[in-house]
Amino acid sequence: MKNAKSGAGIAGGAIAALAFAAALAAPAAAQEKLKIGVILTLSGPAANLGEQARDAINLAVKNLGGKVGGVDTEVVTVDDELKPDVSVTKVKALLERDKVDFVIGPIFSNVLQAIHKPVTDSSAILISPNAGPSSYAGKMCSPNFFVTSYQNDQVHAILGKYAQDKGYKRVYLMTPNYQAGKDSMAGFKSQYKGEVVEESYVPLNTMDFSAELAKIAAAKPDAVFTFMPGGPGVNLVKQYRQAGLQNIPFLSAFTVDESTLPAQQDAAVGMYGGANWAPNFDNALSKKFVADFEAATGKVPGTYAIQAYDAISLIDSAVKATGGKVSDKKAIEAAMKKADFKSLRGSFAFNNNNYPIQDLYLVQVAKRPDGKFQTEIREKIFTADKDPYAKDCAMK
Amino acid sequence: MSLTLFLVQTLNGLQFGILLFLIAAGLTLVFGVMDFINLAHGVQYMVGAYLAAWFTALTGDFFLGLLLALPTALLFGLLLEWLVFRHLYGRDHLDQVLATFGVILFLNEAVKVAWGSSPLSVPIPDAFSGSVRMMDGLLYPVWRLVVIGSGFAIAIGLALLVSRTRLGMLVRAGAVNAPMVSALGVDIGRLFMIVFGFGAMLAGFAGAMVAPILSVEPGMGDNILILAFVVIVIGGIGSIRGAFAAALLVGLVDTLGRSFGPQMLRLMLDPSAASQTGRALAPMLIYILMAAVLIVRPAGLFPAQR
Repeated sequence: MKNAKSGAGIAGGAIAALAFAAALAAPAAAQEKLKIGVILTLSGPAANLGEQARDAINLAVKNLGGKVGGVDTEVVTVDDELKPDVSVTKVKALLERDKVDFVIGPIFSNVLQAIHKPVTDSSAILISPNAGPSSYAGKMCSPNFFVTSYQNDQVHAILGKYAQDKGYKRVYLMTPNYQAGKDSMAGFKSQYKGEVVEESYVPLNTMDFSAELAKIAAAKPDAVFTFMPGGPGVNLVKQYRQAGLQNIPFLSAFTVDESTLPAQQDAAVGMYGGANWAPNFDNALSKKFVADFEAATGKVPGTYAIQAYDAISLIDSAVKATGGKVSDKKAIEAAMKKADFKSLRGSFAFNNNNYPIQDLYLVQVAKRPDGKFQTEIREKIFTADKDPYAKDCAMK
Repeated sequence: MSLTLFLVQTLNGLQFGILLFLIAAGLTLVFGVMDFINLAHGVQYMVGAYLAAWFTALTGDFFLGLLLALPTALLFGLLLEWLVFRHLYGRDHLDQVLATFGVILFLNEAVKVAWGSSPLSVPIPDAFSGSVRMMDGLLYPVWRLVVIGSGFAIAIGLALLVSRTRLGMLVRAGAVNAPMVSALGVDIGRLFMIVFGFGAMLAGFAGAMVAPILSVEPGMGDNILILAFVVIVIGGIGSIRGAFAAALLVGLVDTLGRSFGPQMLRLMLDPSAASQTGRALAPMLIYILMAAVLIVRPAGLFPAQR
């Protein structure tokens, strides 16, 4: 496979980069240098999410000629292994040994919970390109923590609102049996007021859904809502199709996206998801990005990629606004808050809690003429949507 | 709950049980005959699935892929035995657990290096791509029936092999008293190697058969390994018959418990409490079953005779 070598490459590359960075921590040149630490999940079953973000960051830095904000930039990438304990050690190395100015990462909320404090306590600025838990959106919001993705609840709410608007009377909910699964159902139900036929919690990492699918068929709901990221989602989608249930609309969050579609393929066509962007987004900048990303990696970019790309554009805008003075963190934070950059998803602003205010869409899986699969925007569900926690944040 | 739903769920449980049996059969032989704890058995299931996916993609035909994947899985098992496991037979169980756990970590990353981290998918072979209408609005893929059928065929074949052939006799004798078998002039090292390779191939076969219905991805064998251990403990270590009975039992209890448990509880509790309790109880059911079996029969349902 074409991408096969990337797995080993990153791990090796990350180690080499770290060692190299440590060796070269010699006196800095006269001009200020910008150092960006990147911490993503780059191994294990979820590695393809981190790889999307990493490839987008590399592309963004390359497009800027290696000078983010006009300053010579060094990117240090490490793998959090999707282990909170490992991520703390790795992020401390980024802060203390590499002395990075920015940390971009991570993909998963549980890793963010672990690295948030070490980074925000330091002088570095943390930008999450994906994880957007409620915990840092309200009371615990922080001036040097920014999110370029979404607040998690918003994505589940897209599907709830759609189900409500569409007039579905009976909806069947199914999520994994852990905190995020419960939050997902709560997010859906915050917008959906019809009857919930069943709240089905399946064990985390369920691979065979045949028993669940039989229950769905017996319940005959108007629609199914699910949150089933990663490998289980791939299985669910394939088995849903094999069980002949495709006449029941399949609404999902983080279940059908560009990271899972290469495995789900035709089985996912027609299924719905919620997102802040899709590869067919009608915007010249976004179209160029999709073409460049595909040329560089052979993969269709997902939201993981554009959110990471936007993180670099954001840093670029802020460093430029302060005239390249990387060390003046207060000025940089103020400049970042303005979000004065061209986002790949068009309109983008920061709320008082540094989480985005953006449009959110219903997306649907489609097969492209070239045989690859992508999500496509079907309907705008929320305009300039804000998360419900911002009011608890003391920042202005 | 309707009768049809119950029958469909029974079929689902049966299929899950058969899958568990294919994995547990090799595990119980290796553990019973060689007294060797092989945590890497689940990885061999994963390797079987990857090989099937790879050969299917190369040849364009699932059965040709399967035909190539099986001997490759066998060779791979033998290679592992020769490289790693052979040196662990004399060591205690902790050493074996540590070393085979290392093999899990190594191979999970190795398949990523070889095939990438994204899950692979294998199409259902055309001849069996149809489905049967089981109940209103639900289709049952024929391929799942093929999995059940092939599992039963292998169970019968294994039973005959173990009870009727010379090799089976040696395996049974080895499970009872390996040093004595060796003293009688049987090359016990070679016997172990055959048993091991065969177990690896069975696990690989299970992986290949489920590849069209489950996604093939790194770490796919890790969860199922725990269940396979539950199965061999319930069934009695070293016993194929026990593994078969226990696998079906675990498959049925798990599937039916998860499907109907909350509904049964609803008869006694109010709906939200029932859903909460059911959610907590369902994943525990098979472990409760294991504890119950061990209280009544500490050596498992059908212990190998000693």
